Amino acid sequence: MTVETIDIIREENLVYRKTPALTDNVMHYCPGCSHGVVHKLVAEVIEETGIREQTIGVSPVGCSVLAYNYLDIDWAEAAHGRAPAVATGISRLHPEKYVFTYQGDGDLASIGTAEVMHACNRGENIVIIFVNNAIYGMTGGQMAPTTLVGQVTSTTPYGRDVKLNGFPMKITELLAQLDGTGFVTRQAVHTPLAIRKAKNAIRKAFENTKKDKGTSFIEIVGTCSSGWKMTPVDANRWMVENMFPKYPLGDIKDI
Amino acid sequence: MAEIKLMKGNEVIAEAAIRCGCDGYFGYPITPQSEVMETLMAREPWKETGMVVLQAESEIAAINMVYGAAACGKRAMTSSSSPGISLKQEGLTYLAGAELPCLVVDVVRGGPGLGTIQPAQSDYFQATRGGGHGDYHLLVLAPASVQEMNDFVSLGFDLAFKYRNPVMILADGVIGQMMEKVQLADYSPRWTDDDIERISGKWALTGKKGRDRHVATSLELDSYKQEIFNHKLQAKYRLMQENDARHEELHCEDAEYIFVAYGSSARICQKSIQLCREQGIKAGLFRPVTLYPFPRVPLRALSRRVKGFMAVEMSAGQMVEDVRLTVDANVPVEHFGRYGGVIPTPDEIVEALKKQIISAS
Repeated sequence: MTVETIDIIREENLVYRKTPALTDNVMHYCPGCSHGVVHKLVAEVIEETGIREQTIGVSPVGCSVLAYNYLDIDWAEAAHGRAPAVATGISRLHPEKYVFTYQGDGDLASIGTAEVMHACNRGENIVIIFVNNAIYGMTGGQMAPTTLVGQVTSTTPYGRDVKLNGFPMKITELLAQLDGTGFVTRQAVHTPLAIRKAKNAIRKAFENTKKDKGTSFIEIVGTCSSGWKMTPVDANRWMVENMFPKYPLGDIKDI
Repeated sequence: MAEIKLMKGNEVIAEAAIRCGCDGYFGYPITPQSEVMETLMAREPWKETGMVVLQAESEIAAINMVYGAAACGKRAMTSSSSPGISLKQEGLTYLAGAELPCLVVDVVRGGPGLGTIQPAQSDYFQATRGGGHGDYHLLVLAPASVQEMNDFVSLGFDLAFKYRNPVMILADGVIGQMMEKVQLADYSPRWTDDDIERISGKWALTGKKGRDRHVATSLELDSYKQEIFNHKLQAKYRLMQENDARHEELHCEDAEYIFVAYGSSARICQKSIQLCREQGIKAGLFRPVTLYPFPRVPLRALSRRVKGFMAVEMSAGQMVEDVRLTVDANVPVEHFGRYGGVIPTPDEIVEALKKQIISAS
């Protein structure tokens, strides 16, 4: 007995659909980039927890500057590194809203170090999603604070040299030291299991906002196959072998 | 019954903010304007009106908090002094680019660099030319009294929302620190959610509900669209020039020589006019109240019947450029300035008028 495809595509057989919180805009991200998956997870959590009408996002400068084209919520686009300050202004005047920033490693761990540090220290009731792919993607693959020792980038063409460039910054561990953070975790999105864990962490972070538990900070270790000059598959492998030892996954703080 | 008090200019900024229904103040300490945040923190307006007051970690963070609050359609403000205002320029150009209304108070001190904590007017260019990158302008109000420090807070918010543009109150250390009698405004309530919906419902971030999403951004990667957006900004600045250029004239009716001065320099020039007239010199004062838009039309009209203009500023000569760009080319325009924190005396202004214009002609 043969089954026609048309008979399978029915409402009751659907096991997956795009969440309505994602727009239909075609994402500009490169093949293999982690941003698309992380966007989807944030959108799904917002939709599933029913907070879409109460959520305001703050996008950074970097590859995810155009995040406001993909998540169908209200957004403020911040200057480079300033998203936590912008989110502070929004959250303080809209204490009932769910406010989150979405930032990369250059934005958050380099030019915006002061803003993220102090937002976390004040315990702003916001969620910070930090995608760490150890490189500046948008500007063409330059060294980031989180670039690994020896890692080749366009501004470390012979590999990151600690004498010249200092050490990879574990900003997530630093932020976990601050009394204002309630939940600090590091996740990844390279396998279905990792994606499920990351989604649970994002859900928990937004639930923390409702409970006024201070700043929730989620690092997602991601890939940048274009910047790393690898295929998506190789980039995932390289991330597991090189990034995870330096940036181990799991909850760092949960109070 | 209007409340009359003896207050410092900086304290009045805080009081006026609370009374006009300001939603949020975000600041960072710097002399000579720290009394603004100190007064707010002592008044605890969050208990009274719900106004948020927050000491930020930096001037940069403060202006970006204002950006976030302003994006929500709230009336948000910050205050600082020259070195701090330099740090805020990034935020200001983003606010202008995202067309967000806010109020920024600059109590100017002498520069460059760390300079001095004494009064100056050497940030006229920074205030009126934009200050940060890109083709934009702030609407700039120049108070010359503690009373105007009070009045311009509410006026500044009104103009900011009228044009969806940052407004700056450009004061100086004298106006910020001196005490004068001031008639305080009555309390106006903070805007409700319905007010915000009515006033800024087309763009404010209030949560996407039953409408397209709102995005506060200054980014447009398509150059042709970005040019069109710049046309829109320029049209807005022309409207400001047509409708909201403000000035004041003192004894200009019969004047042969006119001092052009704003802020505390204008106050000093009032005395210089008196000294001039005692010596038989018919002097008057033209005081720009908005520095951007510069009150070009009335100043140009005056230039057709006077013998000369003397721009008096606590700077090496900044506003004088706008005077020269405005008036008839055959009328002499001279500049007299003391700077680096030095305040001119009425006598030396009169002497400068005599030497640079009257004797020279």
